[in-house]
Amino acid sequence: MLIKKGAEASIFLEDWQGQKVIMKHRLPKKYRLPQIDERIRSYRTIRESQLLHCAKEAGVATPMIYSVDLVDSNIIMEFIEGIQVKQVLNGYSTEERQHLSNCIGKLIGSLHLHDIIHGDLTTSNMILNESGNIVFVDFGLGEISVELESKGVDLHLMKRAFQSIHFRYAEECFKAVLEGYTKMVGVEMAKKVIGRISEIERRGRYVSERKGRVQR
Amino acid sequence: MKRCNSTKICLGIEATADDFGVGLLDFEGKVLANVNSTFIPETGGIHPREAARHHAKNAGRIISKAFQTAKIEPQDITVVAFSQGPGLGPCLRTGATAARALASYLNVPLVGVNHCVAHIEIGKLVTGFTDPITLYVSGGNTIVTAFDAGRYRIFGETLDIALGNCLDVFAREAGLRQQEGMPLGAVVENLAKKGEVLVDLPYSVKGMDLSFSGFLTAGVRLLRSKKYRLEDLCFSIQEVAFSMLTEVTERALAHTEKIELLLTGGVGANKRLQTMLKIMADEHDVRYCVVPKQYALDNGAMIAWTGILAYKYGLIIPIENSYVRLKWRLEEVDAPWVKG
Ligand SMILES: Nc1ncnc2c1ncn2[C@@H]1O[C@H](COP(=O)(O)OP(=O)(O)OP(=O)(O)O)[C@@H](O)[C@H]1O
Ligand SMILES: Nc1ncnc2c1ncn2[C@@H]1O[C@H](COP(=O)(O)OP(=O)(O)OP(=O)(O)O)[C@@H](O)[C@H]1O
Repeated sequence: MLIKKGAEASIFLEDWQGQKVIMKHRLPKKYRLPQIDERIRSYRTIRESQLLHCAKEAGVATPMIYSVDLVDSNIIMEFIEGIQVKQVLNGYSTEERQHLSNCIGKLIGSLHLHDIIHGDLTTSNMILNESGNIVFVDFGLGEISVELESKGVDLHLMKRAFQSIHFRYAEECFKAVLEGYTKMVGVEMAKKVIGRISEIERRGRYVSERKGRVQR
Repeated sequence: MKRCNSTKICLGIEATADDFGVGLLDFEGKVLANVNSTFIPETGGIHPREAARHHAKNAGRIISKAFQTAKIEPQDITVVAFSQGPGLGPCLRTGATAARALASYLNVPLVGVNHCVAHIEIGKLVTGFTDPITLYVSGGNTIVTAFDAGRYRIFGETLDIALGNCLDVFAREAGLRQQEGMPLGAVVENLAKKGEVLVDLPYSVKGMDLSFSGFLTAGVRLLRSKKYRLEDLCFSIQEVAFSMLTEVTERALAHTEKIELLLTGGVGANKRLQTMLKIMADEHDVRYCVVPKQYALDNGAMIAWTGILAYKYGLIIPIENSYVRLKWRLEEVDAPWVKG
């Protein structure tokens, strides 16, 4: 049964050997050339299943993987019962929101300590399960990277998600995320990453810093 | 001929980068004039001060031409609007100076307009859209945006350089030259039509954001290796970059559930990009429009129209506070005229 049609994939809730599972199917996109399309879909499918596994080892809850089909770009995984963080955040009290954001920050910290970059940190990709824990999904845009830049961008995306969907609380939420993050990774690393976020935000996305040519 | 006094008119001046544009619109949204002069550099990219010199030299001529086209007199103006930012400092200042001089000479109010907001608003005016997701791709901007709770929110944008800038730098590296009416991006588009072989280039989508600097470096490296036909490189650059753009736009549509998609900015003139977005929009049953060129490139009409919208909400600025804002972000602008 189709339960969600994401931008990239269709999410089906199925019965698989007696248990409820999620089947995530990355659909072909007609707008891009088949060569590009196939490359992207299979690459992301592999990456997602690998990173779901790595994240678990880093101490971040993720769905268990049951099967991966690279030909069809299909992943069968554990169904996480719960609710998207996106759906609860705006209705929370200030304390609840800060607590939740703090936990999210710690989890992102755990990923980054292991050089795992989520790649699409949004509040729809975090599920609050029945025991009150946060489970991360959708690692398809993720990567393993030691670069400061990747970590900065990862957190920048989190901030962007707050700003576009939870704009009223964006500032306090992101602040709490950074606090949790700092607790997890330590002041030294946190400082560097936070510094990089500001740099990313200042960078040349504006006409004023247009590039003339490439360095030889 | 003096117009009847009931017709209110706004004069808008655009000068954020290489264009100096003047638009005259009445308060109903009728475009009476939209005149433009583009600075074409001899070599390399836009030199802000040279562009500003071009603007200063041509300002008087373009403004007069706008009045002639619209068949109105300066005294018919109700309000003057100018692009206050974001943009290149010297260019912005030249436009602001002209606007201030006109406003104080005519003794009419002055309105400062955000350039990015103006691109969206003129797009809505000419297409009739009311609440679109807008993909705005130009030489200086690559933004996916939609209105929510009082402001245009940015869902995705480039993390480094704008796609138009990336195409221009690549084209210049390849020795291509810009001509009147033929921007570098269009030269790349023509070459791409003769491309056949897809060359591998990095596909860099980060959430709803994009990165083109690694992509550009890779493209230039392939170019210098001299192993590939330029046509194939142009073709591959377009296919990969536009797939990235379409993907983030699709993601923003899925997340916001909006039912209109607007494409604007100079790169939006590209037929291949237009087609990709069309295919995607059709799949989602989303209405889709490309803003016509004269309103998609930098132009004075968009500033005039947004000036009118802001003026109706009393958003005028005293001349002494009309400093330019080089990094004025889209999401910092209150847009009370939009019903959301
Ligand atoms: N294992 C799971 N258990 C429960 N819900 C899930 C699971 N996997 C995904 N979901 C839900 O389905 C939504 C879409 O899944 P996912 O993000 O993986 O798809 P997508 O197409 O990549 O989405 P996007 O629109 O972000 O590109 C998620 O936001 C999540 O709420
Ligand atoms: N057919 C085309 N295909 C691709 N790119 C194009 C095409 N025509 C123009 N362009 C690109 O569009 C850009 C110019 O667009 P525009 O005038 O909107 O931008 P700008 O002056 O840089 O403005 P902004 O201040 O809005 O960023 C250039 O980078 C140019 O190469």
